Amino acid sequence: MTVIDCLGQRCPLPVIALAKRLPGVPVGEVVRVLADDPAAANDIPAWCRMRGHEYVGRITTDGAPAYDVRRTH
Amino acid sequence: MTYFDAAAAAPLHPVARQALLAALDDGWADPGKLYSQARRARQLLDAARATTAEILRVRPDELTFTSGGTEAAQSAVRGGLSGRRRAGDRLVHSAIEHSAVLYAAGSAGVEVPVDRQGRLDLDAWREAVKSPGVALAALISASHEVGTVQPVAEAAQACAAAGVPLYVDAAQSVGRVPVPDGWSLLTASARKWGGPAGVGLLVVRKGVRWPPGHEDTGRDLPAIVAAAAALRAVSGEQAAEAARLAPLVDRIRRVVAATVPDVEVVGDPDDRLPHLVTFSCLYVDGEALLHALDRRGFAVSSGSSCTSSTLRPSHVLEAMGVLSHGNVRVSLHRETTEADVDRFLSELPDVVATLRAEAGVTDL
Repeated sequence: MTVIDCLGQRCPLPVIALAKRLPGVPVGEVVRVLADDPAAANDIPAWCRMRGHEYVGRITTDGAPAYDVRRTH
Repeated sequence: MTYFDAAAAAPLHPVARQALLAALDDGWADPGKLYSQARRARQLLDAARATTAEILRVRPDELTFTSGGTEAAQSAVRGGLSGRRRAGDRLVHSAIEHSAVLYAAGSAGVEVPVDRQGRLDLDAWREAVKSPGVALAALISASHEVGTVQPVAEAAQACAAAGVPLYVDAAQSVGRVPVPDGWSLLTASARKWGGPAGVGLLVVRKGVRWPPGHEDTGRDLPAIVAAAAALRAVSGEQAAEAARLAPLVDRIRRVVAATVPDVEVVGDPDDRLPHLVTFSCLYVDGEALLHALDRRGFAVSSGSSCTSSTLRPSHVLEAMGVLSHGNVRVSLHRETTEADVDRFLSELPDVVATLRAEAGVTDL
């Protein structure tokens, strides 16, 4: 799985990183964004809705929040 | 400078300025004393109270002046909870209340969600207010961040059926749009309607359980006089101003969506306040956007986390699930002209495009 480490970055940087990386993975694949900025929890799902990609959900890895997004087109 | 932050504080109404200066000369004495200067001050306070009560369609003795909207909100929550502590200790509130209400609610709060447009989930509200242990319910009359008008009348019916008093934070509505009846407690803030800062209103309807309180004779009397004068003036202009500003807000919503790529215009498109509009620009830093607009002579507000002292995004935008970064709130007032709005709309696309180019996100 592609993992993008955005820990310590403030929004909109995690969303920008996701938008740059997602086109590089095959359709159907999941990208995981590690982001501890509180706005990421809101803005990553909002970006998925605006761009028509699937927001898979939030998990915690090594104590840090992470967000999984599946490229759908 | 074009000032677009009336939802925080409207420019002082000229009538308020006149009243303030007159009351500084005439109303400086302690209205609680018994000499002639004090009686004059008492007359001014009573007249301000009578004017304000008449406009709000309440009794003068139901109205208290506070030191501002925040104090009024805190009093409403604490007094409302305290007066009903035999019934319970819970405060049911929407997820989009003002932070002053959420702060006063503390651990007593039970949150009711809103939809993507920022409108209260009435079914969830009905369930919440009739559950055991609810002392008070709180609903903002219309969102101070996105402008969506809340279903106050329906929410009040649910509260009445459950025997729970309703507190309405009407800070964005008083002086702008009518507020439905059916509430037990109401607060507002004078600087939102063109009065001076430092004057809030608390209305406690007759029959509401309320802890014994104090008389509000020690407040800033000249400011209260000015606030009442401004409220009378804006109430007279209210319908005409709403009819003038609502099309400008509609134009901002329409033109921003058409001319700025990747923008999310938020809040209900129709059932909304006439003077307030909010949108979020994808990939743009909210703080940078505010500063760029400031350099072009526009004062706006933002719900983005980078613009808040807590570095958290707006709880209102979060509750709606809409984009929180690159957020701008534009709120208009009686001095706003069509030309101001047109200049904003002509400059905004370039401001956003420049920021995106600097951040290297133009083609994302």
